[in-house]
Amino acid sequence: MSEWLTSAGSTIVAAVTTVETNPVLNMSIFAAFVAVTMFIVIRASRNNKSAADYYAGGRSFTGPQNGFAISGDYLSAASFLGIVGAIAVNGYDGFLYSIGFLVAWLVALLLVAELMRNTGKFTMADVLSFRLKQTPVRMAAAITTLVVCFFYLLAQMAGAGGLVSLLMGIDGEIGQSIVIVVVGVIMVLYVLIGGMKGTTWVQIVKAFLLIGGALVMTIWVLAMHGFSINQLLEAAVAASDQGDKILGPGLKYANPVDFLSLGLALVLGTAGLPHVLMRFYTVPTAKEARRSVTWAIWLIGLFYLLSLVLGYGAGALVGPNQILEAPGGVNSAAPLLANALGGPILMGFISAVAFATILAVVAGLTITASASFAHDIYANVIKKGKVSGPGEVRVARITTLVVGALAIIGGIGVQGQNVAFLVALAFAVAASANLPTIIYSLFWRRFTTTGAVMSMYGGLAAAVILIVLSPVFSGGDTSVFPQLDIAVFPLENPGIVSIPLGFLLGFLGSLIGPKNEDPRKAAEMEVRALTGHGAEKAVDH
Amino acid sequence: MKENDIDAEKTRRIDFVAVENSEQFRTLKKSHRSFVFPMAVFFLVWYFVYVLLAGWAPEFMAIRVWGDVTVGLLLGLGQFVTTFVITMVYVSFANRKLDPIAADIRSDLEKQEAGA
Repeated sequence: MSEWLTSAGSTIVAAVTTVETNPVLNMSIFAAFVAVTMFIVIRASRNNKSAADYYAGGRSFTGPQNGFAISGDYLSAASFLGIVGAIAVNGYDGFLYSIGFLVAWLVALLLVAELMRNTGKFTMADVLSFRLKQTPVRMAAAITTLVVCFFYLLAQMAGAGGLVSLLMGIDGEIGQSIVIVVVGVIMVLYVLIGGMKGTTWVQIVKAFLLIGGALVMTIWVLAMHGFSINQLLEAAVAASDQGDKILGPGLKYANPVDFLSLGLALVLGTAGLPHVLMRFYTVPTAKEARRSVTWAIWLIGLFYLLSLVLGYGAGALVGPNQILEAPGGVNSAAPLLANALGGPILMGFISAVAFATILAVVAGLTITASASFAHDIYANVIKKGKVSGPGEVRVARITTLVVGALAIIGGIGVQGQNVAFLVALAFAVAASANLPTIIYSLFWRRFTTTGAVMSMYGGLAAAVILIVLSPVFSGGDTSVFPQLDIAVFPLENPGIVSIPLGFLLGFLGSLIGPKNEDPRKAAEMEVRALTGHGAEKAVDH
Repeated sequence: MKENDIDAEKTRRIDFVAVENSEQFRTLKKSHRSFVFPMAVFFLVWYFVYVLLAGWAPEFMAIRVWGDVTVGLLLGLGQFVTTFVITMVYVSFANRKLDPIAADIRSDLEKQEAGA
């Protein structure tokens, strides 16, 4: 997903500027966004007292608000710039990619969101360890959470450096490193000052700007083509060297098995992404969780439909060749389209939206990672639950600083590297290590601690090992280590092997391991999951 | 502090195994599962049919239906339509059929907790 983003990082250094960027204008719009959101974050933080305030925004958000925040959390810069660019250059295959991201939400809506909301407090591990043995299950869930967050964060940071440098006209390693530091510091400030409430508002503002901006541009593009899809497609076909090949699949994904593997990871990974799951705890009831997901599905679906028009619009109005020659390559399709439509001011606005997008996503990941460490590892595994709320929040704040520092150092470290595989890997880990355990513990009574631990560590290990043995890591021209060749696994995405393996290990582990779970705990979990007992009344106090 | 925790003592008053075996709860569980499972199977199969067609039958997907609009584009938009429709159908089902039973059981449990 971030391959487009990171290609911005690598191409910028050698890039020849073919478009007039206006760094002063772009930078003032970014600064205005940061100032406005910081003001909102500070205001939102005034009532932050308890752990529930810090981790779950006091469970005070409404379904529609949370729906916007989920979209803001989920639609990364890669969705916006990447999918528009991929459609502009490769046509249909870019669209194909976006569909997996949308359909995945049905897994969250039907199987996961409400039941998770009813049985957990702050983190995914709360649910998974409800009726199983606390320490091993919580530890495993916290580790997969941290791994997913870290991979995703690293990919976003690496992309941020390249992208923002491109949009602000900052060239060279040092300039990019400064941008990564600035992004990291702002992200940490949002989370430290505002907690989940502040982070949520940043995501809401960003979702408004992103979807609003895309809507305006889409109407503009359609108006220029007589509001006829056919006329738009015709113009895109005429502008492309590939001709009408852009109307069908096959230009981007040459190997269908690889695409199937990716499709599997996308559709099953979303409902296992810890930063998405954590958003369900910011609403007071399961009904609001349902409304959140419904709003998110409409907003995300709308956004991907808009990006279809924007992608073909960029192909038609800017042209694939000019996009590929621009600094940032495919990533520059959306800003270039904005420039073609509304000149530098619209381009500055769209660039600021892309920047806001990165900030909102990294802030969501950071709070999730810090909550998981403080609540799962520190409070429940190390201290065995004997810790006060304020003590736990203090640890969460310290963790936020550590996560921020790691993200900055890591982001600078992988600069210019092709780290695209990290996002695909994050989805694959979420689908292989998290989703099987979530589904089993919500729906399969005979699931045991052994099954959970085997599924989580096994799914995680399989996904990571297969990526290391794949062509994205070594052996090819675009690999992370082109000189090395240990690529024995032929696919770029491990999902098709690691996801079934995660499910299988959970099943086998439950059959062979000891069955010493308390049936009363299982009954309690089931009753609570379906009725909301305990979770719903609580907020009235 | 942990506002979601139920007071341990209160919880002990509730026999969750009995609640789970009650007629009302079994109805709730059955109607929940007999809706979400078939629906999940349906949308996953339909999604993978689409992915397989895109991977292995690109010529079919590139057939023009109307002007420049291809089969692939229509099937892709079809994925959006089914996603939106399933969402609406599920929400209305849950609001009408699941929420009232869940609320009933919940208020029962609250009474039990209060020691009535």
